[in-house]
Amino acid sequence: MGKDVQGRRDFMGMALGGFTALGGLGALYAMKRSWDPLPSVKAAGFTTIDLSAAQENVLNIEKWRGKPIFILKKSKDMKPDDRDVVIGEDRYHMSIGLCTHLGCIPAYLPEKKMFHCACHGGQFDTSGHQIFGPPPSPLEIPPFKIEGTKLVLGEAGPEYQKMLDAGITA
Amino acid sequence: MAHFEKAKSVNEWLDQRLAVNTLKRVLSTEYWIPKDINFLWAMGMVLAATFGLLLISGIFLLMYYKPDATLAFDSVNYTIMSEVGYGWLWRHIHGVAASVVFLIIYIHMLTGIYYGSYKKGRELIWLSGMGLFVAFSAEAFSGYMLPWGQMSYWAGMVITNLFSGGSLEAYGLVEWIRGDYVPGDAFLTRFFMLHVLLIPLVIIGLIVLHFGTLRIPHVNNQEGAEIDFEEAAELYKAGKKKESKVIPFNPVFLSKDVFVMGVYFIFFFYLVFYHFNFAMDPVNFDPADGLKTPAHIYPEWYFLWSYEILRPFPKDPGLIAFGIAQAAFFFLPFIDRSPNVAPAHKRGLFFVWFWILVVDMIVLTILGKLPPEGIFNTLGTIAAVVFLLLGPALFVITKFEKKL
Repeated sequence: MGKDVQGRRDFMGMALGGFTALGGLGALYAMKRSWDPLPSVKAAGFTTIDLSAAQENVLNIEKWRGKPIFILKKSKDMKPDDRDVVIGEDRYHMSIGLCTHLGCIPAYLPEKKMFHCACHGGQFDTSGHQIFGPPPSPLEIPPFKIEGTKLVLGEAGPEYQKMLDAGITA
Repeated sequence: MAHFEKAKSVNEWLDQRLAVNTLKRVLSTEYWIPKDINFLWAMGMVLAATFGLLLISGIFLLMYYKPDATLAFDSVNYTIMSEVGYGWLWRHIHGVAASVVFLIIYIHMLTGIYYGSYKKGRELIWLSGMGLFVAFSAEAFSGYMLPWGQMSYWAGMVITNLFSGGSLEAYGLVEWIRGDYVPGDAFLTRFFMLHVLLIPLVIIGLIVLHFGTLRIPHVNNQEGAEIDFEEAAELYKAGKKKESKVIPFNPVFLSKDVFVMGVYFIFFFYLVFYHFNFAMDPVNFDPADGLKTPAHIYPEWYFLWSYEILRPFPKDPGLIAFGIAQAAFFFLPFIDRSPNVAPAHKRGLFFVWFWILVVDMIVLTILGKLPPEGIFNTLGTIAAVVFLLLGPALFVITKFEKKL
């Protein structure tokens, strides 16, 4: 086989390899996109919650983007915190109700005034700060906006922005 | 067109076109297995048979199962269990086999470790076998999602959350895997695809590779003895079966396998008919509810030991320890520095190491099922640390092991 033929075969080999690699990358991108959450899933975004009927030391669980949302109206003996949602005189703890360890839902123990996660024994106080066990961070506060006595979840209001800037949402 | 003579029999007709006689010789009647083995050598074929049961029962479950978050639970617990004729049989075979297959896998693995069947020439057998272990684990996990009960949902939540990588907070990756913010319909249907198509394809491919890796180094024997297979095969073929150190895979080795399988199937079908409940978590008979975590979330028994390694540590070290535990067995042929291919009882300290490994894994399994409280936390931490230390310990022990 002459040098010439070898050179042409190498060229064809590289051209074929190059286009195959290009097609392969395109296919990989398409596969990655097929696994992405659907636009309809991403768009299902906003939940409005009325806080006026909440009772002290009783945990309400709402749902936002498929996740449980904890709402706890604080009683006077609970320590105020910068993470509280304040509406008039009332202070609320509001967070995503998933343990920051591995995502189980902690239970609220009203008599002990704390959250307890049964999966791996993590505990949080009434402001959502971790006080025992493996959770590495406090319960996460989702984006919210205060409208009168109502909370809109999924939209960032000034109160949320303030918490975010202070780095205390999670 | 090649030249063909008129065939005188069906066998000859097939042989002309497919070389079936050559295949039969190479793959079974002249595939040589050492004589010096015990019943533990039958575990491979027991696993193959169990995989066959999983495949057949799975095909029948597939006929009525509905991969839809609103329909899945009822299609399993109502349609298959009470409407489909003998639907309960397929489900109980599938559930029991999924559990028991791990028992046999662990026995198969520990046999390999005890007799040094991962060493010198047999590394690929071990590696492809570990690949099968990982693929079976993924198959078991994805299958566990399908009934869409409380344990399905919450195990799905916890396991996919592992991919956030602790403090890396890669929630984008977690949401990508789920196709949603939480496990939902997209999650169920993609795990259905993985469970019934992609992972089984991988498993079948790996089984073929696993068999292939056995071919050249051959099956190990009870003493780890090196055998001249060609010489031994000639002796056997010459009729000196007593003097030969080998037997053909088919029919001699297989007949022993079939006996062990027979005993195994008595045990297996006893479980299927009279004791299937151990493989059916009662919590999973509640439909999936994203707003209610079950009081205790624990995996099936075969994942408990690695789950317990995750549990006692803070988040990041826990994940790292868990990652090490998952990958550790892959490296066994390279951590073991001893040139001896011999049973553990002839290898001094390795024998002690082996039994510490077995006991530690049993302890981890038991603790994994108990609630994470008080003394159990302490014991769990000790057992997890012991497991992590076994790796470096093996390196040192085998480095100084006397050559036999």
